[in-house]
Amino acid sequence: MTATAERPAAELGRARTRKEDARLVTGQTSWTDNLVLPGMLHMAFVRSPYAHAKITAVDVSAARKLPGVVAAFSGADFAEEQGSLPCAWPVTPDIVIPPHPPMATEEVRYVGEAVALVVARDRYTAADALASIDVTYEPLQPVLDMKTALDDGAPKVHDTGNKSYEFVFPAAGDIDAAFSGADVVLEREYRQQRLIPCAMEPRAVLASWVGDDVTLWSATQIPHVLRFAIAAFFGIPEHSIRVIAPDVGGGFGSKLQVTAEEVLAVLVSRRVGKPVKWTESRSEGNMTVHHGRDQWQRIGIAADRDGRIRGLKVDLLADMGAYLMLVTPGVPLLGAFMYPAIYKMDAYAFKCTGIFTTKMPTDAYRGAGRPEATFAIERIMDELAVELGMDPFELRERNWIKHTEFPYTTIAGLTYDSGNYEAATARAKELFGYDALRAEQAERNARGDSVRLGLGISTYTEMCGLAPSRVLGSLAYGAGGWEHAAIRMLPTGKVEVVTGSSAHGQGHETAWSQIVADQLGVPFEDIRVLHGDTQVSPKGMDTYGSRSLVVGGMAVVGACDKVIEKGKRVAAHMMEASENDIEFTGGRFQVRGDPEQGRTIQEVALATFAAHNLPDRHEPSLDSDATYDPENFSFPHGTHLCAVEVDTETGMVKIRSYVAVDDIGKVVNPLIVEGQVHGGLAQGIAQALYEEAVYDDAGNLLTTTLADYLVPSAADLPSYVTDRTESPAANRLGVKGVGEAGTIASTPAVVNAVVDALRPFGVRDVTMPCSPERVWRTLTEARAASSDGGAA
Amino acid sequence: MTTINVTVDGVSYADDVEPRLLLVHYLRDVIGKTGTPIGCDTSNCGACTVLMNGSSVKSCAVLAVQADGAEITTIEGLANGEWHPLQKAFNAEHALQCGYCTPGMILASVDLLQDNPNPTDEQIRDGLEGNLCRCTGYENIVRAVRRAAQAGAGQ
Repeated sequence: MTATAERPAAELGRARTRKEDARLVTGQTSWTDNLVLPGMLHMAFVRSPYAHAKITAVDVSAARKLPGVVAAFSGADFAEEQGSLPCAWPVTPDIVIPPHPPMATEEVRYVGEAVALVVARDRYTAADALASIDVTYEPLQPVLDMKTALDDGAPKVHDTGNKSYEFVFPAAGDIDAAFSGADVVLEREYRQQRLIPCAMEPRAVLASWVGDDVTLWSATQIPHVLRFAIAAFFGIPEHSIRVIAPDVGGGFGSKLQVTAEEVLAVLVSRRVGKPVKWTESRSEGNMTVHHGRDQWQRIGIAADRDGRIRGLKVDLLADMGAYLMLVTPGVPLLGAFMYPAIYKMDAYAFKCTGIFTTKMPTDAYRGAGRPEATFAIERIMDELAVELGMDPFELRERNWIKHTEFPYTTIAGLTYDSGNYEAATARAKELFGYDALRAEQAERNARGDSVRLGLGISTYTEMCGLAPSRVLGSLAYGAGGWEHAAIRMLPTGKVEVVTGSSAHGQGHETAWSQIVADQLGVPFEDIRVLHGDTQVSPKGMDTYGSRSLVVGGMAVVGACDKVIEKGKRVAAHMMEASENDIEFTGGRFQVRGDPEQGRTIQEVALATFAAHNLPDRHEPSLDSDATYDPENFSFPHGTHLCAVEVDTETGMVKIRSYVAVDDIGKVVNPLIVEGQVHGGLAQGIAQALYEEAVYDDAGNLLTTTLADYLVPSAADLPSYVTDRTESPAANRLGVKGVGEAGTIASTPAVVNAVVDALRPFGVRDVTMPCSPERVWRTLTEARAASSDGGAA
Repeated sequence: MTTINVTVDGVSYADDVEPRLLLVHYLRDVIGKTGTPIGCDTSNCGACTVLMNGSSVKSCAVLAVQADGAEITTIEGLANGEWHPLQKAFNAEHALQCGYCTPGMILASVDLLQDNPNPTDEQIRDGLEGNLCRCTGYENIVRAVRRAAQAGAGQ
């Protein structure tokens, strides 16, 4: 058995309320925008009003003369030092990665791109001074449609053209044979609309130089990656850079970025010799925080008449936006592994073309590539079930990997370590009351009810816990996927846990305390978790991709192991016993077979601190660190069921019930896990029903406010029924990631339900978001197209 | 500049302010009440909600001069020796993750329970429609407000 099993599991699985909450519910928070330094100045940006234009002149002279304005700069003022924002994921050898200066110097390529900036003594003066900066533009044609961007004669976003890359997944099986010999071939095209992440805390940055050293506070998910990037790409020695992510108000991928504003805060602060702060407004953020999704998905599925899947073909157009940011081109590739999902098949083909447009760049947003893939496969599975006249569950079960078949290597080459799709589905159907709802649906359809019931299914899986470093290397990613942790045993028996993952709402301070309390047998209250400051936590790969627990948590366990090994030597010496006879249980080192003799870990920590009587050549420290590189991804899965009522007269969709049964392995803290599932569901439902970033024909973003971009409120969302099944993952803690699962699973469940409700009218798809207008129009068109005028 | 007299969390202040200064910027930048965060600039998100003379307002939609003579309660002044029942309930029900919306969500809930001490779940959802949360999916916020109501927070 593992060492975990030898130690009493008092904390694992316990619904602890969070340590973090004490400061968050009382307003004692340290958001970046709260910080004030002596002499601190405020920065504000002039941003492009054009989607595409040449910059012919920038005149900042009038702004410089205004009272309270310390400096004003154009991109040209930083041309020598601002370099290019990095893209860490060159997915193909011939990928086009255009230069991306933090401030545009010659050409702007999206509305909102920074062209000039003001530094002033307060935020109001800085904002006022922006109007005094004159920028002359020569407008160019915008490029707004991925489908026509590659046409001959299309205007070019960059001189190199509008194609960034074409990625072809290695051939798996004989795709032509799978399709040519199939009884049924279905082809569909789905639209993944562009989304805006909308973390509640807007981005904020504060840079301050002392001599040759700079400290950068940023509302970021990735203090360590950011530090590395500033060193590697902007010429500041790594050991001179300290990055601090204080309290960070949500990220969802949007703060997994090296931004123009962070780089410019560092460079401008150095230039003016004062601390410089910038905090975005929401409208600025909607325009210039990287967006998510935005793909056209062509998907084809080939099957036998009995429902067995023979092959799957996927051809994507993915909107990169105007530039490639940190992981922009890699996002669709994470999806490449996930289209086959939980299903067995003979052949699989995937191609993705990355296209430049004159819009804000896209990048990781909760799920990053996997929600898109899950949507397409789960949507077309429902369509295939209709085509074959099968129940959608029967079709899925006909093809999914049986629980007895794990570990199972999929057609996409991933080896799923565990899973039980039968168990999760059975539990979800039971909680949902599937058969009764189907009966009600039939009855309402039969009597022509104006409000129709629709049932949607999503039997999802995903790959998370990013990521095995070797796999990242094979995909040309620019870094590894390990995580680091350290344990400091303080003389009084208290414990500091240093983690390289960087929490921004996930509850690391609580969950890591629970893990360490179990591993070291110290009280939960005696543990403090430190993170988010490269001076305190010098090594890390930060938080994204549902990686914190499955990678960072395992690093914490590894560091605890080393503390115990060191403690055994000291304890053996204290008790005049052989080290080989010492066992550690419940926070106590004791001699095997003589449990009366023992020393607590606190006693051993104090003896080590005093160092008066340690074994020869034993360094007087129990402190330990560990770096964990996972051998495989984590594969949570589950079955989500959604019932919607669609008003056929207004197009209004109302979620009547939502059941989520997730298998995320063992659970450290059920309270935190349930919260992650709830929040994930809300974001996935929001994509299905409410949210879309809309650009007009000139390339202006129309959804710049939260009045136009519909982040749902409590009144827009249902209550969720959640439950779990458990097939432990192949790591010491038996855990899987959970941060993205709800978002990945829920979008297709909702849209499948909407389409299911409208299928009697001949509707085969509703494009997201399924707003009342869009549902009504789709229904009206379907009624017009049907020969009998729409009676259904 | 206009002189205003405001009581914030029980402390009285007299300050000269620009007429255009938003109350939220007065709270944060002038008197250092950074417990009240800013989430948008169009009064949609509710993160900056405070109590003004006992009723919830979005402090980004109020000018500091409009608060002249008013009594303001922010999240920093809500606890009275011990946490307010809503603060306790938000912790107990895990009704916050990143916590950025929490001050506004709690103060909006104070007002909600004053008006309706025993709301149904639907009334809680409708009552908090003006406060956005991106982390929790609202389920636990509804549970927390219900729990606080049962503890008599609105009595």
